[in-house]
Amino acid sequence: MTPEKRKDLLKQGAIWGFIVLELAFFSIAGQFLSVTDTVFLSVDNMLLLLQQSAPIGIIALGMTIVMINGNIDLSVGATFALAAIVMLDSMTWPFMQALGDWAIPLSWCFALLTGVVLGAINGLIVWKTGVDAFIVTLGSMLGFRGLVFAYNGEQPTSHLNWTLIDFAEAQFLGLNTASWFLLGAALLLWLLMTRTVHGRNAYAIGNNRDAAVNAGIKVGPHFLWNFMLIGFLAALSGIVFSSGTGSVNPNDGMLYELWAITAVVLGGTKLAGGYGSIVSTLGGVIAIQLLRKGLGYVGAGTETVNLVIGLILIAVLFLDRQLNRKGKEELKT
Amino acid sequence: MAELTKKGIGGFLARQGILVAFVLFMVGFALANQRFIAIDNIFGVIRSSAILGVMALGVTFVVIGGNLDLSVGSMMSFSTIVVLDLHDTLGPTLAIPAMFGLTLALGAFIGFLVGYLKLNSLIVTLGMLSAIHGLTLTWSGGQNMDIADKQGTWFSVFGQGSIAGVPMPIIIFGLLAVVLGLVLSKTPFGRKIYAVGGNGQAATFSGIPRARVVFFTYLISAFCVATAGLLQASRSLGSQNTVGQGYELEVLAMVILGGASLLGGSGTIVKTVIGVLIFGFIENGLLLVGLEFYVQDVVIWLVIILAVWLDIAAKRGRLWSPIA
Repeated sequence: MTPEKRKDLLKQGAIWGFIVLELAFFSIAGQFLSVTDTVFLSVDNMLLLLQQSAPIGIIALGMTIVMINGNIDLSVGATFALAAIVMLDSMTWPFMQALGDWAIPLSWCFALLTGVVLGAINGLIVWKTGVDAFIVTLGSMLGFRGLVFAYNGEQPTSHLNWTLIDFAEAQFLGLNTASWFLLGAALLLWLLMTRTVHGRNAYAIGNNRDAAVNAGIKVGPHFLWNFMLIGFLAALSGIVFSSGTGSVNPNDGMLYELWAITAVVLGGTKLAGGYGSIVSTLGGVIAIQLLRKGLGYVGAGTETVNLVIGLILIAVLFLDRQLNRKGKEELKT
Repeated sequence: MAELTKKGIGGFLARQGILVAFVLFMVGFALANQRFIAIDNIFGVIRSSAILGVMALGVTFVVIGGNLDLSVGSMMSFSTIVVLDLHDTLGPTLAIPAMFGLTLALGAFIGFLVGYLKLNSLIVTLGMLSAIHGLTLTWSGGQNMDIADKQGTWFSVFGQGSIAGVPMPIIIFGLLAVVLGLVLSKTPFGRKIYAVGGNGQAATFSGIPRARVVFFTYLISAFCVATAGLLQASRSLGSQNTVGQGYELEVLAMVILGGASLLGGSGTIVKTVIGVLIFGFIENGLLLVGLEFYVQDVVIWLVIILAVWLDIAAKRGRLWSPIA
C-alpha cells in the first residue's frame, strides 16, 4: 500500500470515525441526560435516522458529483419543490385519474423529467456561456422558485393517494422505502464515479480542467450530464419526500442546497473539484442527521444543533487545512 | 478599423451594460404605466430595497476582496432580534451600540477565520449561517421578539421617520453608499481591497497586509448588516427569528448583477446600487404592469445570467464559451 493510498483511506475513514464517536458520545451521554427512556443506539432508531436523512442525502449525492466536477448547484431546493408539485398535481389530471394506480409511476416519470430538464437548463448555460456555475445556479435558484410559485401561487399542492402513501411507508428487509432510495442511489452513483469513464473524466476535469481538455476530454457534455444527474436526484428527493406526506408547500426545499453542501463538505469533498467520494458524502449525511437526533436525544434544541453543525463545519475545514499543509511540508523536505 | 469600433462598443457595453439595461427598463416601464415614475412610487421602491441594499453594500467589499459572505442573512436576523430584545431591557440608546458591537464581533470572528487563518470563505460563512441562526434562536428562546410599548418609543424613527419628505431608510442607504463608495474608490484601503481580490499573491509580495484587508472587509460587511437589522427592527418593531433567511443569496445576486466578479478584484459601490435598484424596480414595474409576483423571479434570473454572460463575452471577445 503506497503512502498516498494510505492517506486517502485515512481521510475517507475520518468521517466514519466521527460517526462512531458521535454514537459513543450520545449513547453514554444519553444515560445521564436523556429525556426519554428509549435507548439511543437501537436498531429502530438507526433505521429511522437513515430514513430521515434521505431527502437531503439524495441531493447531497448529486452535489458530490457536481462538486467533484468543479461546479456547484444552488438551485436544487427549487428543483426539489417543483418536481414534488408536478408529481402531486399530475395525478389530478383527468387522463391520469383514468389510469388508476398506474398514474403513480407515470407521475413519477413526469417529476423526474422535470428535474432532468431543469438540470439540463443549468448545464447548457454553464457549458455554452462559460458563466460560473455558482452564478448560473444562483440565478436559477430564484428563477426555478418563480416557476414553483407560478404553478400554484402560494397555495400548498396536495393530493392524497393511499396506494402511494402505503408505498412510501412500506418496509422491505427492515428498511423503509426512502432509505432504499438513498442507498440505491448511493450504490449506483458510486459505481458511476469509480467504475466508468464518465466518473474518471469528472475527476480529471475537476482536478485540472486545462489538462483534461488537452487530454481530449470533452468538458461540456460532462458538465451537462452531471447537472442533469443532480436535477434528476433533486427531483427524486422531492418525490420520496412528498409521496409520504401527499402535500408540498411552495417554500419547501428552501436552503436544502446549503444543507446538502454542508454534508458534502463534511464528507471531505473539495469545493475546488477533483477530489471527493460518494461513500464519504453518505457518511457526511449520516453524521449530520446523527448530530441532530443525538442532540435532540440529550435534550438540546434546534438552536444548539444549528450552532454545533456550523462550528463543526468550520472545525473540519480548519483540521483538513492543517493536515494538508503538514503533508505538503513533508513533501518539501 | 471596423474591428476597433466593434471592440469599442463591446468594451463600452461590458463596462456600462448594466446601466444601459437599467435605463431601458425604466423607460419601458414608464411608457407602460405613468404611475411608475411618480415620485412616491420611486421613494416606495427605494425604501423597500434599502434593507437588502445596505447589506449589498457590505457584501460588495467582501466580494471585491475575493471572498463570499453567505452569513449576512442569518446575521441580520441576529441583529434584528438582539436590538429588539435589548430595546426593552437596556433602552434604545444603549441597545443600538450594544447590537452593533455584538454584530461586529461576529464579523470579526469570520474575518479572523477567512483573513488570518485563510479558510475557504464559502464554507466558513456557510457554517456561520447555521451557527448564527443557532445563536439567534438561543437568544430569543425560539420566540418572536416584540417591543412592549410600540407607540411610546423614538426607536421607530430609523425605519418609519422621514426628513424633508425623504424616508429615513433612503437617507441612511444613500449616506452609507456615498461614504463606502468614497472609501472604496478614493482611499488607499479601497485600492488595497482591489489588489488583494485581483491577485492576492501579488498583493502580498508588494507588501499589502492581505489578512488584515480581508478582515476589515468582513467588519464592514457586519457593520452594514447591523445597519440593515436596525432598519428592519425599527420599521416593524417586532420580528421573527428568521427575518433574514434567504437574504444572503438574494444580496449576492444583487452584487453580481451590479457587475462584481466572484473571482474578486472588480465591482464598485455605484454598480451595486444600480444592481439593487434594478431588483427593486423590476419587481415594482412588473407588478404595476399587472404581472404576477413570481414573474419577477424568472425575469431576474434571465437578467442576471444575461448580464454576467455579456460581461464575460465582451472580455473574451466571443459570445459562446470556448468549453469543448
